[in-house]
Amino acid sequence: MATRTQERRLAFLATALPPIAWVVVFFLVPLGIVWAYSFGQNQGLTEVDISGTFANYARALQPLYLQIFAKSIFVAGVTTLLCLIIGFPVALAIVFASERWRPWMLLLIMLPFWTNLLIRTYALIAVLRTEGYANFTLEWLWNQGSWLLTLVGLQPLGDFTPLQLLYNNFAVVVGLVYVHLPFMVLPLYAALDRLDKSLIEASLDLGAGHFRTLFSIVVPLALPGILSGIIITFVPALGAYLTPDLLGGPDSQMIANVIERQFKRANDWPFGAALSFLLMYATFAVIAFRAYAARGQPADGHGI
Amino acid sequence: MAQRRAPLEYNRLWQMRLWLFAVFFFLYAPLVALIAFSFNDSKRNTVWRGFTLNYYKKLFGNEDLLIAFGNSLTIAFLATLISLVIGALAAVLLWRYRFMGKAVVEGAFTLPLVVPEICMGVAMLLFFTRVLPWPNNLIWPLNLGSIIIAHVSFCFPFVALVVRARLASFNKEQEEAARDLGANDWQAFRDVLLPHIRPALIAGGLLAFTLSLDDFVITFFTSGPDTITFPVKVYSMLRFSVTPEVNAASTMLILLTIVLMVVMMAMQSRSQTKA
Repeated sequence: MATRTQERRLAFLATALPPIAWVVVFFLVPLGIVWAYSFGQNQGLTEVDISGTFANYARALQPLYLQIFAKSIFVAGVTTLLCLIIGFPVALAIVFASERWRPWMLLLIMLPFWTNLLIRTYALIAVLRTEGYANFTLEWLWNQGSWLLTLVGLQPLGDFTPLQLLYNNFAVVVGLVYVHLPFMVLPLYAALDRLDKSLIEASLDLGAGHFRTLFSIVVPLALPGILSGIIITFVPALGAYLTPDLLGGPDSQMIANVIERQFKRANDWPFGAALSFLLMYATFAVIAFRAYAARGQPADGHGI
Repeated sequence: MAQRRAPLEYNRLWQMRLWLFAVFFFLYAPLVALIAFSFNDSKRNTVWRGFTLNYYKKLFGNEDLLIAFGNSLTIAFLATLISLVIGALAAVLLWRYRFMGKAVVEGAFTLPLVVPEICMGVAMLLFFTRVLPWPNNLIWPLNLGSIIIAHVSFCFPFVALVVRARLASFNKEQEEAARDLGANDWQAFRDVLLPHIRPALIAGGLLAFTLSLDDFVITFFTSGPDTITFPVKVYSMLRFSVTPEVNAASTMLILLTIVLMVVMMAMQSRSQTKA
């Protein structure tokens, strides 16, 4: 008969083995292979010799690729900033909404988040392309303006030339903001919701204006949540593949697109592996910064 | 003063309302247009020419797309089942036991949440071409195995996260009482712990299902010519042209998402009224 200790040990093993085995075999080992490949070199078409060379990393640090890294960081940064500016009032509105409206507003924010990324990107293509809805609306406005000008006896405007809204950096930033806005609003909402509202009232009672209250009371108190929102938006935006691929032009490639090209068309796996790991190190650095910034603060449960 | 309002009623400000309207317009107008134009009787996607269901008829005649859709649902279903088991075990492991290297294990379970999708896709590509080449002539659904494995690897940490949050509210004395009354480990787990974490399993399962259904990048790197999923198929259709057929297919998927969300919210409100 199995003793109590043996039974305990068996229960522990039954709990521990499946998840640990899974994460090792189907996650850590694959990542380890990428890491090993990043120190390899191509031998012929498919063979890769893992020789411990740093050549791939040296190549990744050339100006061409450094520039793409810098550009990815810049685009992700602009996206995050725009999401913060657009999302903060929305989060504030949800917090101060009445009990009846709040769940609906949360649902409205979350629904696009649950909708397929590819579909949302495709929906944006239809809006932004030359014969898309945005240009269609602009043309209509242009013609109305033109008509108004003739009414008051002025020369009409010339023919409308559609704006090039798609396949450039503008489209990539619009697409990334579109996709990542819920990532920003939800942590902001969680942080603002826990805020003691009497502090805001006290600040207003003591004569501070709304903007002063916002910047010296609300923002400092909600800072951990704001930081979470920034990280949760910045990290996926930095590694975005689909948005720059579908909405971007030839000069708006981000780092994920370069990685994909190494593995598919360029067939230079070791170099692609090195780029992947550089992207991962960059991601970890951002998350480590978040942990560093949050030290000493009570855990808010919304960090990654 | 023309209008009196309490100091915190920001939502009464017209600027705030305008802002909210603009944001929700930005979020929803493209999706609404996409759905509306799936019923438009025109090849071109800009001008309304009248209502038609032609593109839905075409859609149901497009065998490739239907197969891809079926593949996506199968993968999502199986990946969710495995993720639930692995994720729940991971949560219970971290919650109940203290053991050597626990911090490392905990880190390993959270790593898939933060690793960029493209890196994970690349890792799966290398793994399934160099270490475990997945035979491509297996019968359905075994031929989808590599994609299912890849999906479980990024879905189960989400399940673990949700279940662990739920476990925090579990009263361990309940389990001890069950043992005192003669239950063994398995019985205590099945009859006491499992009912407690059921809401988390439902929420985590739906999360995993949606994440799996939504995934493009990782699948893009693991799928072969015979194992196309819906997003991968739509992606290749997009590469060629923007047709109302893609709109129709997208509308179906949006509908499925909405149904899933409604189910989840209904279950959540039911478990809240129970508690």
